[in-house]
Amino acid sequence: MINARGFKVFRQFEPSPVPFPDGREHTTVAIVGAGPVGLAMALDLGRRGHPVVVLSRLDFVAQASKAICFSKRTLDIFDRLGIGDAIMAKGLTWEVGKIFWRDASDPVYRYDTRPLKDQKRPGFVNIQQYYIEEFLVEALAELPNVELRWGHKVEAVTPMNDGVDLHVTAASGTYDLRAEWVIACDGSRSTMRRELGLDFDGRVFQDNFLIADIRMKHEMPMERWFWFDPPFNPGQSALMHKQPDDVWRLDFQLGWNVDRDAAILPENVEPYVRAMLGDDVEFEREWYSVYTFQCRRMDRFVHGRTIFAGDAAHLVSPFGARGCNGGFADVDNLGWKLDCVIRGVAGEALLESYNVEATAAAEENHIHSTRSSDFLTPKSTASRALRDAVLELARDHEFARPMVNSGRPSTAIVFDSPLSTPDAEEWTDGVRPGSVVVDAPLGDGWLLESIGEEFTLLSRGWRGKAPVGLRVVEVDDRDRLAIERLGLEEGAAYLVRPDQYVAARWKSACDADVEAALHRALAA
Amino acid sequence: MTSGNLDLAPNLTGADDVYEALVDLTDGLDETASLRAQARLILILINHLNDRETVLQAIRVARRPASDRHG
Repeated sequence: MINARGFKVFRQFEPSPVPFPDGREHTTVAIVGAGPVGLAMALDLGRRGHPVVVLSRLDFVAQASKAICFSKRTLDIFDRLGIGDAIMAKGLTWEVGKIFWRDASDPVYRYDTRPLKDQKRPGFVNIQQYYIEEFLVEALAELPNVELRWGHKVEAVTPMNDGVDLHVTAASGTYDLRAEWVIACDGSRSTMRRELGLDFDGRVFQDNFLIADIRMKHEMPMERWFWFDPPFNPGQSALMHKQPDDVWRLDFQLGWNVDRDAAILPENVEPYVRAMLGDDVEFEREWYSVYTFQCRRMDRFVHGRTIFAGDAAHLVSPFGARGCNGGFADVDNLGWKLDCVIRGVAGEALLESYNVEATAAAEENHIHSTRSSDFLTPKSTASRALRDAVLELARDHEFARPMVNSGRPSTAIVFDSPLSTPDAEEWTDGVRPGSVVVDAPLGDGWLLESIGEEFTLLSRGWRGKAPVGLRVVEVDDRDRLAIERLGLEEGAAYLVRPDQYVAARWKSACDADVEAALHRALAA
Repeated sequence: MTSGNLDLAPNLTGADDVYEALVDLTDGLDETASLRAQARLILILINHLNDRETVLQAIRVARRPASDRHG
C-alpha cells in the first residue's frame, strides 16, 4: 500500500483525536517519536506503571529499508520488555560473517558474532524494522497507562523548571501538553533538538551506498556476506543479507560522485542485482534507496527535563549495526533511571549518569564506525594501499585477518560509570563493574532472565542481610557455567543494576558494602 | 602517552644489503603496487614484533623524524 505522500506503508493508523481541543493536558512522560526507540522507551516506562503519551508525527509504519540486524544485547533487552520470543519466532538467526575479496570463492576472513556459546540469545537476528515496530505497538496496546497518538506533531517546545510544555498539532486541532519529562526519540532530524537550538556535531563521510531490498527465492547459509572489490562491483564493496519473507538486503557501495536520484531507478539498480546474482535471477523490488552516512552526536543527551535517545542524540554509519541497537541501549540505560527518579527512589543526579554512560557508548560506536568507514572507503592512495595489503595478506596469513573491517558487530558497551563501585579485591576473571552480566544457563532457565527489572544481588552462598527491596538470586553449585563465567566463588556476590549491568562485586562482602554500593548505583 | 621499547641505536650489519632488498621489493612496480608491497612488509614486521606499545612508539617517530623534531 502506498499512502498519499508516496510512502510504502506497512501499517496505517487512524489519526488520533485531540484529547482536549484547544485545552491543556498533563502527563508524567511524553515521548516524541514512535520509531523503534520511542516505542521501546514507552514500553519500558509503561511496564513500570508510569503514565506515558507517545506523540508520532506520522500516522503509519513505513515499509522501508531501515534497520535489519538486531544484536544479542538488543534481544536480551527485548526479553526484559516481553517481546523477545515474538521477535525470535519471526526473525532469522545468524552468527557468522564472511568477508570475500575480489573473485575468490573462499572468504578471506570469517568471524563469529557470539563466540561464547550456551547463552539464551544468538549473536544476531535479522528482521525488518517494521516488524519490530509492530510487536512494540502490540505490546503497548496491552498497557492502559500508555497512549499512542498518531499524526500528532510537536510545533513548539517550552522548557520549564519542573517539566516541558509541548505545543502539539493534529488533523483535528491543537493543544498544549505539559509533561514532567520529555524523551526525544524523534530521529536524526529531531524537531525537539531543533526547537531547543541544540548542537549535533560530527563528520559526514563522502560515499554513497545503494540499498536494494528485493524479494527472491534463494538458498544461502544464514550468514552475513560482505565483499571487497568483487567482480560485480569493481573497486567498491557489497553486502548480502537475508531477512524474513524471502526479502534480501543487497548493499552496493557507489562512490561519491553519483547521481543519487538516478541511482535508485529500477533500470539502474537491476544491472547491479543481475551482476551479483546472475542474469537469469528472478526478483521483485521491495525498496531501493541510496544513503550516505554521518557520525554526529549531541554533546549532552540530558537537557533539563528533556532527554534525548536514539538517532536524535547520535548518528552512526550502519556498518556493525550500531544505529538502532545503540538506540535500544539508550532505552535500557534510561528506563530504570527515570523510573527511580519519578518514584522518588533516586534524585535527578541519577539521570546525569545516563548522560555519562550513553554519551560514552555513542563515542565508542563512533570510533568503531569511523574505523570501519576508513577501511571501506580509504581516504588516500596510501590508506587504500594499506587496506588492500591487509586483504592480500589475510588470504594466506591468519595474523592479518583481524584487521579486515567491514563493520564491528554491535555488542553491549562497557563503560567507566560513576555508578560503579570499583573492585576492592583482586579479580582475575568474571565480569567487571560497568559491564553487562554475561549470560549462562541457570537452573531450568538463564542467568539474564533471573535478573528481572529491579536491582538484584547474584549470590553464591553470601551470608549477609540484603538491604530492603533488593532481590537476591542464589546461584546453585550445579550452575557450573554461571559460576565459571562470573568467577563466583563460595561467599561471593554481584550487585546487578536493573539493566543487567554489574554495579559492584565482592568475594566477601559485609552488609554495609552492599548497602553503600546500592546507594552509589542510585547516585545517592 | 604510551611507552614502548623502541631501539633506535644502529643494529644492522650489512645495511647496504638490506637497503638494496628494500629497493628490490618495489622494483618494476607502479606506485600503487609499490605502496601495497611496502604496506605488506610493514604489517608483517608489526605482527612479528608482537609489541603494541613499541609499534605505536615507532609510528610516532616515523611521523616526525628526529632531525626536525624541534622544527
